[in-house]
Amino acid sequence: MPKITYVTHDGIETVVDVAVNETVMRGGVLNGIKGIVAQCGGGASCGTCHVYVDPENTKPLAEMHQVEDELLYFTACERKENSRLSCQLPVTEELDGLVVHLPEKQL
Amino acid sequence: MRGESVVVVGAGQAGCQVAVSLREQGHRGSITLVGDEQAAPYQRPPLTKAYLAGETDLAGLVLRQDSYYADHGIQVVTGERVIGVDRSARVVVLGCARTIGYDHLVFATGARPRPLPVPGAEHVLNLRTVADADVIRQKLEGRTGLDVVVIGGGFIGLEFAAVVRKLRHEVTVVETQPRVMQRAVSEATARHLTNRHRREGVQVLTGTGVAAVREGFVELTDGTVLVADLVVAGIGVIPNAEIAQRSGLACDDGIVVDAHLRTVDPRVHAIGDCARFARPLSGGLVRLESVQNAVDQAGCVAAAILGSAEPYTALPWFWSDQYDVKLQIAGLTDGHDRTVTVGDPAQGKFSVFCFRGDRLLGVEAYNRPVDFLMARRLMDSGATLTPEIVGRPGFDLRLSLQQAA
Repeated sequence: MPKITYVTHDGIETVVDVAVNETVMRGGVLNGIKGIVAQCGGGASCGTCHVYVDPENTKPLAEMHQVEDELLYFTACERKENSRLSCQLPVTEELDGLVVHLPEKQL
Repeated sequence: MRGESVVVVGAGQAGCQVAVSLREQGHRGSITLVGDEQAAPYQRPPLTKAYLAGETDLAGLVLRQDSYYADHGIQVVTGERVIGVDRSARVVVLGCARTIGYDHLVFATGARPRPLPVPGAEHVLNLRTVADADVIRQKLEGRTGLDVVVIGGGFIGLEFAAVVRKLRHEVTVVETQPRVMQRAVSEATARHLTNRHRREGVQVLTGTGVAAVREGFVELTDGTVLVADLVVAGIGVIPNAEIAQRSGLACDDGIVVDAHLRTVDPRVHAIGDCARFARPLSGGLVRLESVQNAVDQAGCVAAAILGSAEPYTALPWFWSDQYDVKLQIAGLTDGHDRTVTVGDPAQGKFSVFCFRGDRLLGVEAYNRPVDFLMARRLMDSGATLTPEIVGRPGFDLRLSLQQAA
């Protein structure tokens, strides 16, 4: 299973195995990673699974759709160039080793 | 582990979340979650969507990995029914006769489908649990063109109809009310949804009840007989309040709790689908069936158990996915008497602002997720809108939100 690293705002790194077909959001929630809220359970509806993809990332991420793009303007923490909604990042074998940073708050 | 012990009756979305929230908020005592289903706690919304369509399996529904519970000292007892509670002895009794003592008890027992009160109801399937969904999936598997009758045009019935239609079956929805989703959404939203279902080839019959069900047929109150290879009903639920009631707690279509979600017994709370709670904004008791309600009430009760009791005041919200329609509702729109629609209904992208007099009750966003998010923010902030403001040409929710901030 691909390994994904979640880095919380206070610098705690957790590496978890996430099954292909799950999302980066689900990988965090299933393992109780603090800092991903995902109120809507993964429907690109709430903007509370905001992550910053590691700036060094070279792994191929799913393309951003319009709804995600619009919702990212309403996240609790500032939108940056590397902002994504983690529910819109399906996990593939190629994502093995992905690192995402969690914002200070989601609500 | 020191600290007070918590027993949660019911291991659905609300029960699981109260355990998770207790640990996140620093609870150090034991936590036991008792559920009567075999599966570990899972999400129900995909049962009428991705799970039924075969796009995900049970592993894709579970709320937490098994290892999460072990790592966080949460004991999950599945496949066990709670048969009684002795509040004077502070003990929960399981079907296997085992007893578990508690300092705090949380009822998160959920609800069960309301049975169809007509002859032949034994031919009708329900869709509430993963076991229910498996039975239906099996009947549909590998086949197309079956005649499927859906009784009830609410959230469950319409989501089910949409998925089954996509699986290329012939679908008829029967609704006794004059329109679908009578209590849940405005007339405008219901009309658009109905039209969408009809365009997809679903037959939607309103103002018609079911008189009887026979093997292979459904007889309607107007005399029509529908051929039915499969009959599924979604006509509402009955809250699971019997155990609470037998333990002497007040129940009235749900376990009655105050604005803090507490029963008259300060050690006992009730949350989620089974709880009828005091909501001053609604002027009385309400019972809500939604993920948001389950999750937010769980967080509220976890805080109360840890000594930070606050009244429950979260803004209710709901969503439904049918075909590619994303319907999201902020607030409780039931009881509205005026609506103002913004956006582009012809393109299937609009929002209906629902008012009672001048007071905004809620907003239904039909393929307008940003409106939904902004409406929630605006209503959370306590700011308000009137029909006059929303009806003005060039009304911009974004500007209203900025002004409220």
